[in-house]
Amino acid sequence: MDSILPLAQIMIFPGFLFLAVYGLLLQWVDRKLCAAMQNRMGPPWVQPFADFIKLLAKEVIVPDEAESVMFRVLPFFALAAVMTAMVSIPVGQTALFSFQGDLVAVVYLLTIPTVTFFLAGWSSTSPYATVGAMRVLTQLFAYEVPLMLSLIGPAILAGTWNIAEISAFFGAHPALIPAQLLGFAAALIALQGKLERMPFDIPHAKNEIVGGQFTEYSGRLFGFFCLAVDMELVVGAALLNAVFLGGALGLTGPAAIALFLVKTLFVAFLLALLKVLMARIRIEQMINFCWKYLAPVAMAQVLFDIFLKYKLG
Amino acid sequence: MKIPAKVFSEVITHLFKKPATTAYPFEKAKLFPNYRGRIDFDSPKCIGCQICVRVCPAKAIEIPLSAHQPPAAAPAEGQPAAAAKKKFDCIMKLDHCVFCAQCVESCPKKALLMTQDFELASVNRKELRRHYK
Amino acid sequence: MSKITIPFGPQHPALKEPENFMLVLEGEQISGATINLGYNHRGMEKAAEDRTYIQNLYLIERVCGICSHSHTTCYITNVEELAKAEVPQRALAIRTLFGELERVHSHLLWLGVAGYEMGFETLFMYTWRDREQVLDCLELLSGNRVHYSINTIGGVRRDITAEQKAEVKKRIKYLEERTQYYIKLATGEPTVLARTQDVGRLPYDVAIERGAVGPTARASGVARDVRKDDPYLIYSQLDFKVITHNTNDVFGRLVVRALELVESYKLIHQILDGLPEGPIAVKVPWKLPAGEAVNHYEAPRGEDIHYLKANGTDKPERLKVRAPTLANLQSVAYMLEGGWLADVPLVIAAIDPCMSCTDRAAVWNPEKGRTEVYSWEEMRKLGIEHYKRRGVDFGRL
Repeated sequence: MDSILPLAQIMIFPGFLFLAVYGLLLQWVDRKLCAAMQNRMGPPWVQPFADFIKLLAKEVIVPDEAESVMFRVLPFFALAAVMTAMVSIPVGQTALFSFQGDLVAVVYLLTIPTVTFFLAGWSSTSPYATVGAMRVLTQLFAYEVPLMLSLIGPAILAGTWNIAEISAFFGAHPALIPAQLLGFAAALIALQGKLERMPFDIPHAKNEIVGGQFTEYSGRLFGFFCLAVDMELVVGAALLNAVFLGGALGLTGPAAIALFLVKTLFVAFLLALLKVLMARIRIEQMINFCWKYLAPVAMAQVLFDIFLKYKLG
Repeated sequence: MKIPAKVFSEVITHLFKKPATTAYPFEKAKLFPNYRGRIDFDSPKCIGCQICVRVCPAKAIEIPLSAHQPPAAAPAEGQPAAAAKKKFDCIMKLDHCVFCAQCVESCPKKALLMTQDFELASVNRKELRRHYK
Repeated sequence: MSKITIPFGPQHPALKEPENFMLVLEGEQISGATINLGYNHRGMEKAAEDRTYIQNLYLIERVCGICSHSHTTCYITNVEELAKAEVPQRALAIRTLFGELERVHSHLLWLGVAGYEMGFETLFMYTWRDREQVLDCLELLSGNRVHYSINTIGGVRRDITAEQKAEVKKRIKYLEERTQYYIKLATGEPTVLARTQDVGRLPYDVAIERGAVGPTARASGVARDVRKDDPYLIYSQLDFKVITHNTNDVFGRLVVRALELVESYKLIHQILDGLPEGPIAVKVPWKLPAGEAVNHYEAPRGEDIHYLKANGTDKPERLKVRAPTLANLQSVAYMLEGGWLADVPLVIAAIDPCMSCTDRAAVWNPEKGRTEVYSWEEMRKLGIEHYKRRGVDFGRL
């Protein structure tokens, strides 16, 4: 019995199955919201599931030029890294596996999918994929620092590097949540860059370099990459929820899980809003923006949190 | 730095509006009354002058004689027997037709009619060759 | 960093029609661009020699989907010139009205495409939604959204009733409001400015040298508009401005097109208010006397030129179409060089390319049993060899 429960947690809730289903559902919510904001109808809710199942049934084509083993293995690495990251993020009241310093570990684990995207593009060796791969890496250096900086603020304020504890701290002091607005905004924008969504979908900008790093991917392998991206959206939203929005806010049981869903949906709404508001920018504009504006904003939040911490004693 | 996201208010108001698109095959498309759709044929009016065949830019029309000709009317009292009016068919190749309706315009007897019928796709090629009798 | 060559097209999401651009990249920057035409050749000019003048009307309409009225009007002006037909004023006014409605729908389409190419999908969705209004107008008046077929030899095919007039005016009024909003949005949104300003520069003298036409030329400060320079239809009786802009970049092209929309709305109101009474068509014989005619027309994309040679039968001997995109493609190579890869779709889209209008150079090779498309180098080599046989050597040039 002792060994079955953790296995069930990893495989079903809040592990793989929950992540996959919720990820695909969030993808639908995202598409539907964008459609509504653009005055369109948008897809029915089964669309992401149908797309995924269809991709699973399609033939996988590995280009002759590509490094076959790398090419086949990378989607699963991306998937595994995203799932591992979720283990330390609280869904509801507690995380599955919480330890001191897991904030850093989660950010590190969330970098792995990006690196696999780069490797995927690089090992495909086609021109579009190569350009896409280079853009993935360039973009990584643009958003990673602001993202980490903005996550440091709440950690300093809570005096811990444990996500569940940060979450619990803000649950106990909800008055401090509005003070994190600047950091939350910076983290949201950096997350948008991390998820490579408009206006930061530069690495796979379809009208410039077709599919970018995924140009050569097809069938099952592409399906798993898509699933990893959708799961990353859930993990990202859950991370922001835990770090900035106070997690369960002291609730327990199903109510906490319901609150989790509401708040991740809210984060997804904000991300969808970012998606429809702007034109895609160029990669060098992205770097300029991240280093000139986003990183200083995140830094300001850190300094403000240090000041706040000093004031509060 | 200028503030981006100028469409913000527009986007938010659209969240609460009905979508501009329609679920087309489930919902009928709205057409204007003079829409140029499938061409229909009124056999009794046709005199077989073949003008439509000549003007058709896509060579989509054929006007053959009908297989079954109506019998000649019984001659009236004291008059010579009038020849029966010949009956014509129309073969409309919908896969050729470009729906310009030039034939409708050129027809001297208004035997060709324009309809608003536009859902003509078919998986069976034979169905696209309409034989109006 | 080593140079890589990227094929941009013939199949590419940013290109709505097949055309090939070979881009030499150094990192993200373009150090050279070659344009290869001919993927969309359909043999329209040859096909035209096989059809009667009235049949050709519907063929020429299909040279291009977006400027279908431009091509037919240009062609029909040639036919009527050769037939020495007096076209009634009302027919000319209706043709002008369609020309302007078409310009509105083409420019709105372009605005959407530009939004899409710069990754601003919301702008794309909104402009295309509003473009439906003008397409509805066209369907209401002519019976089809894209291939209006309003022209016929000697006039137009359908008259405009008072109710239709009111309906068109109502829809145009809505579009006027929306266009003001889009102008405000496109010129005020920083991300749009970041993507369009100083992108795809085409200075005044280069625009003249490379023979740019239409909004592309006007955005480089070249006040060139057939409607003003050589008025056709009823443009000489109408009051409008030629819009020019002097930023020479994609932003300028955006502004020119947006302001031209406003001018077109003005023109549509003028035409509808002053629609002359009278018949809408005259009869023209099927056979045309032998002769030649050339006419030009300001299509939404620029100057469209048609040449027609008649030989006394009911079919033309030769028809030649010079679409505006062909004139503008020369400038694209210039605009791409030194730019960013990310801007390529936008720069190409900024001339509002219509490749199916442009392509008509392919060679049927009976030995190999297939068609071959000649590249610029091959054409040049062919030309040099041809003249060498005649005793002139251009090889040194």
